[in-house]
Amino acid sequence: MKDVSFGQFYPVDSFVHRLDPRLKILFLIAYIVAIFLATNFYGLAACAAVLLLTVVAAHIPLGKVLRAVRGVTFLVLFTAALNVLFYGGETVYWEWGIFCVSFEGIIFSVFLALRLVLLVVCSSLLTYTTTPVSLTDGVESLLTPLKWIRLPIHELALVMSIALRFIPILTDETQRIRNAQMARGADFESGGIIKKVKATIPILVPLLLSAFRRADELGDAMDARCYTGGKHRTKYKKLRFTWRDAVAFLVGAALVTGVVLMRIYLSAPY
Amino acid sequence: MRIVAEHLSYTYNAKSPFETAALKDVSLTIEEGEFFGIIGHTGSGKSTFVQHLNGLLRLPSSMKKYRPKKPKKGQAPLPATVLKVGDFDLTDKKTNFRALRRSVGMVFQYPEYQLFAETVRDDVAFGLKNFSEEKLTDEELDSAVRAALEVVGLDFDELKDKSPFELSGGQKRRVAIAGVIVTRPEVLVLDEPAAGLDPLGKREIMELLHRLHREWCKTVVIVSHDMDEISENCTRAAVFADGRVECVLPPRELFRHAQRLTELGLDVPLTAKLCALLQERGIEIDCDFTVQDFCAKVLDYARSHPKQGGGRA
Ligand SMILES: Nc1ncnc2c1ncn2[C@@H]1O[C@H](COP(=O)(O)OP(=O)(O)O)[C@@H](O)[C@H]1O
Ligand SMILES: [Mg+2]
Repeated sequence: MKDVSFGQFYPVDSFVHRLDPRLKILFLIAYIVAIFLATNFYGLAACAAVLLLTVVAAHIPLGKVLRAVRGVTFLVLFTAALNVLFYGGETVYWEWGIFCVSFEGIIFSVFLALRLVLLVVCSSLLTYTTTPVSLTDGVESLLTPLKWIRLPIHELALVMSIALRFIPILTDETQRIRNAQMARGADFESGGIIKKVKATIPILVPLLLSAFRRADELGDAMDARCYTGGKHRTKYKKLRFTWRDAVAFLVGAALVTGVVLMRIYLSAPY
Repeated sequence: MRIVAEHLSYTYNAKSPFETAALKDVSLTIEEGEFFGIIGHTGSGKSTFVQHLNGLLRLPSSMKKYRPKKPKKGQAPLPATVLKVGDFDLTDKKTNFRALRRSVGMVFQYPEYQLFAETVRDDVAFGLKNFSEEKLTDEELDSAVRAALEVVGLDFDELKDKSPFELSGGQKRRVAIAGVIVTRPEVLVLDEPAAGLDPLGKREIMELLHRLHREWCKTVVIVSHDMDEISENCTRAAVFADGRVECVLPPRELFRHAQRLTELGLDVPLTAKLCALLQERGIEIDCDFTVQDFCAKVLDYARSHPKQGGGRA
């Protein structure tokens, strides 16, 4: 894995890295629920505090975390702006045609933006601290109950893990092909949108061909090792809960309860 | 064009856990007209080095947003990096990298995987169209493509309308090489040009490269980890090890250090091994390590020393 891009595993050893992936996934879900249950700034502050704690415990540099946010800056600003302009509300500061900026609108937009940022950061923390393999192991294990209604969980998990595994490979490949075409004078930067889209053809065609070739080879390799699917397979690494997971579980439970309590008993600010 | 590199260093993903120092203070000069070899174990930085030569990897000082750092107090300033290809100064922001890429053709490893166009003709013409300032007519394109295909040993009329994906492996590679040399670069760099070919294919590619060197590109630089390839073909070779240049010598000098090369994980040619074995037995053969020369020298030796049982050598 050479390319360090958004959402890729960040290889250091930390408390969070060692958590059971199942717990991390559940924690993420609980956290998202907490974000949306938080209806006042106290609640959001609690969420942000827990997230900050997690970042510190995960030994991920703050810059890296912020880079994940930078990818969605536009989305966040855009939705916030729309909300400010169209929310309506009582305490109106400025009005023009269908646009209306109100105190409530601004508060609502700030809430929304904060929620989005927290959401992005906590999801990227999951992929920063969990290898694709253990992530899929976790998903597979959590979805096991669905086998009862005959969903091919193992196969789905396999597809997911192959897809995740291939992201860095294909990014690498893209870079290589891009370099090769640039050496032949291809220009990917200048020109209008149509020219730019056209310029990607010399990258996309070889990339697709190579993806198909790799898929073929992988299929052959799996056949050659007599892979037949999920039945009776044992795991090389068994997932186990440890004291760390207990701690994380308590933190998650406390956060959700705390947010709910704050929602009930602390009405101000907003 | 003469290629000069001094104190060249390069680190991938600097300041992250993926940090890899791929080049460490590399200094190397390649004269115009050479058939130069770069050899080293996998991961020794060969590809990283050659990708600097046409600006695919750029030195920080040639980037737009570069601000020179002030040297820290009490620390000796690092020696300045120099990287020149002919008159192009690659440490300078103002360098025209497009013109550079036109003059330095680069054939990547497995170049056949970059073919993309619908016909062989379009694929070979791709670089030509990209680099020319004004629009070329179809006739001009055709004649350039024809010449390029011919020099790599392919028939223009037979192949021009075929899809490049229909061709055999060896043909694909030739088409890909034609697609690079079609702009007549002065320097041609090839990264592992013979990788993945059978012995006959390897020999053909090497013959092709010599033809290109004679008729088409003044300077040829090949990257390889195959000692035989280097020894049979190159005027001089640089040995890369762990991001550094271990030594730069003509092959015949190089193989006198057979032992050191073996330590670096490189295979020495059979002739060098035999020379070393003979030397252990007190027989000095001074050859240039090509098979022919080695045989001739051994025979000479055998004839002049009949008593040592040389008749059987
Ligand atoms: N795109 C890249 N990103 C990160 N590291 C790289 C990249 N390309 C090469 N490296 C690393 O740089 C070192 C030198 O690689 P390379 O120049 O490809 O060596 P060679 O061509 O001699 O096999 C290796 O350790 C390799 O892992
Ligand atoms: Mg290489």
